Amino acid sequence: MSNQLEPLADPGLPHHVHRKADTDPAAEKRAERQVSILFLLSTAGTLLFIYSFIWIPTDLFVFVPLLGNINAHNLGIGAGLGFALFFIGAGAVHWAKTLMPDEEVIAQRHQMRSSDEDRASFVETVKAEAGKVQLGRRSMIKRSLGLALGLVGLSPIILLRDLGPLPEQRLLKTTWDKGVRIVTDPGNRPMKPEDLEVGAIAHVLPQIDDPEHRKLSDIAKDAAILIRVRPAELKLSEERMSWTHEGIIAFSKICSHMGCPVALYEQQTKHLLCPCHQSTFDVPTGAKVIFGPAARPLPQLAITVDSEGYLVAAAPFDEPVGPSFWERNI
Amino acid sequence: MITRREKIAGGVANFIDERTGAAKWVKKNLQKVFPDHWSFMLGEIALYSFIILLLSGTFLTFWFVPSQEELVYNGSYQPLNGVKMSAAYESTLNISFDVRGGLLMRQVHHWAALLFLAAMVAHLMRVFFTGAFRKPRELNWIFGVALLTLGIVEGFLGYSLPDDLLSGTGIRIAEAIIQAIPVIGTYLAFFAFGGDFPGELFIPRIYTVHVLLLPGIFLALITVHLMLVWYQKHTQYPGAGRTEKNVVGYPLLPVYMAKAGGFFFIVFGVTVLLGAFASINPIWIFGPYTPTQISAGSQPDWYMGWLDGLVRMAPPLETYLFGYTISWNILIPGLIVPGIIFTGMALYPFIEAWATGDKREHHLLDRPRNAPTRTAIGAMSLTFMVVALINGGNDLIATHFNLSINQIMWGTRIGIIILPPLAYVITKRICLSLQRYDRELVLHGRETGRLVMLPHGEYIEVHEPISPEKAYQLTQHEQALPLEAPGPDTNGVAPRGSLKSKVRARLSKAMLGEQIAKPTADDVKALEGGHH
Repeated sequence: MSNQLEPLADPGLPHHVHRKADTDPAAEKRAERQVSILFLLSTAGTLLFIYSFIWIPTDLFVFVPLLGNINAHNLGIGAGLGFALFFIGAGAVHWAKTLMPDEEVIAQRHQMRSSDEDRASFVETVKAEAGKVQLGRRSMIKRSLGLALGLVGLSPIILLRDLGPLPEQRLLKTTWDKGVRIVTDPGNRPMKPEDLEVGAIAHVLPQIDDPEHRKLSDIAKDAAILIRVRPAELKLSEERMSWTHEGIIAFSKICSHMGCPVALYEQQTKHLLCPCHQSTFDVPTGAKVIFGPAARPLPQLAITVDSEGYLVAAAPFDEPVGPSFWERNI
Repeated sequence: MITRREKIAGGVANFIDERTGAAKWVKKNLQKVFPDHWSFMLGEIALYSFIILLLSGTFLTFWFVPSQEELVYNGSYQPLNGVKMSAAYESTLNISFDVRGGLLMRQVHHWAALLFLAAMVAHLMRVFFTGAFRKPRELNWIFGVALLTLGIVEGFLGYSLPDDLLSGTGIRIAEAIIQAIPVIGTYLAFFAFGGDFPGELFIPRIYTVHVLLLPGIFLALITVHLMLVWYQKHTQYPGAGRTEKNVVGYPLLPVYMAKAGGFFFIVFGVTVLLGAFASINPIWIFGPYTPTQISAGSQPDWYMGWLDGLVRMAPPLETYLFGYTISWNILIPGLIVPGIIFTGMALYPFIEAWATGDKREHHLLDRPRNAPTRTAIGAMSLTFMVVALINGGNDLIATHFNLSINQIMWGTRIGIIILPPLAYVITKRICLSLQRYDRELVLHGRETGRLVMLPHGEYIEVHEPISPEKAYQLTQHEQALPLEAPGPDTNGVAPRGSLKSKVRARLSKAMLGEQIAKPTADDVKALEGGHH
């Protein structure tokens, strides 16, 4: 290619063209005025800011075309401060562009690399200093220092040990257990099968003694949903069928993908949809994944009714709820 | 005559110089030359929005309570009265409704964060496409990649702090990603959250990381980044009078100082105006976080959108081995692909230098068309990110344009495999076409659109020669040849490390193999000789 051939010659920096303000005193005066006007606009902005801050009530809403109903206080102080800052900048830039010297300057570059002498003397200095320390000869010191430094580096990790407890069985268990009543969320009211019509969905939690102080970390595992369909529509194994009650089927509400609540139910298609990543679960087939990134069905909760006719769990979940983790044993 | 003012200034200067010896350094550096170009302001915007973030963020810390302690709201936002929420969420409501200027500062902080990330990405693109990362600036490129990575983390932690329904959902997803790490994931998650999700410790912990640890690292990295720019002197675009050995521009004082300082105020002003006119992250509408609720159309901030989009499009793959679970559906999009992207980005300057065998310093920027393969790689990566980002908003696209979400998902699943290579090929072709256009321009001049009838009836379009400056600009770049792999010696024995050199030769050919020969002085002369 043309590498060895002679390239076009560099004609050098183009001739400088003067601005109007450099040659015409009237233009110079005008530019000066413009800069001052910009700075004065900034002052007006600050005044608007101060006025709005003190005198516009914080709960006053005004209608602004395109923006709708917005808070007048926020608008006033924001517009004031915004213009105050903007026009300082605009003034400075205009000043620089019209009145400050605009002739380009050429400076020379120097290679980053140090000169050969400097590099050589650097190497010598390092060698000489290392020789004084006799690091090469004192291998015992070198090794024991390495060991000490390596070990002391572990201590921050050890220090952080109490950041949290070990996982133990915590991810495997929920509050649900045999005979635990199913209560509404919110409301904490026990439910009977007739409270749920065919086609309806209920968001539920296990009944506990002190529902006012339910812990979020319990809710994050316990949350479940009840869906009622016609029993004939369920396509489940005999065992799973026995986990349902009169067409009411219960699933963990915590997505088996990344733990978002699976809260969207399409009554017509009987699909559950997770709004986070669009994993779609088919209710009649036991929440099998029919679309999206989730790899497992939502865990099904076995339910039945107790002696008073209230819906209860027939057994705890038979698998961990929520997203996967290393120790999760299928 | 020495005026009173000069006397005072002299006194101050004397005081400082006698204690620091600064006069020599300042004298030298006040005249420091900075080249001027609009694209050099992208990094400036990133720097200025960082300063705005420090200022507005400090304001917010005066009222924000980083605590997940549960309480019942009783304040000036009526719709949430009596609702149980965390102290963090309550204090964010108070900042929004009861602290004058609080809402403005919250919105300025959030807008500045979006701008910070956007400016960093734009700056990165400018540096990449113009080859500014080449020697001696590879280290600064790596600092930049580190800043961008930390910026994404910092932004995520920031919008997680208010503990509203949207951000709590984001934390839940982050927890699932940590938990998916093989072997140690469950332990890491329990250590990060101080027990089960969500617990009461996460917000206070990420608060310290968000306001102290990461900003500290940012300040250190930005300082080193700028010191290197200062020390190595800024790159410049090629053109007449500009060489690898000089730098053409305006001196620091007064022009550059006035422009850069003025530009800081402009960026600050625009950010405040955004905070005034454009509502962002209205957490009072989302409500407090609870693990059982969610709103449809949950979206992360834009710089996390591509990650969320990748997670959404991942195939439902899990492996169960000896009683252990590996969640490929989370690991691949959440950790492996981002890991490859950011590592590849950090190493790119070294890969390119290895492939081209170029060990020289470069201070003149490339015009993207003259580095077709690099430009194509950039376009390919951007296409990948954009497809992922689109899928991150697939639910909103589906509802706004009445499309099926399944179709969008399948479209992006296929698109993310097909479109990036396609973008590569198309971009490379466009670059070569532009090279050809440049060649035409130098050899035959500019088309004037003026048609002239010659005496014998032939019509021609008049071409006007371009200026010598323009011609130089279009031809100053060098066109290096690809490296050749050393062949077997006379005995037919392949040289050592022959696979490595073969890979290198292949890369080198991809990098430099296709170029449109630029016009030389001889070409132009020959043409002038036989001009028609």
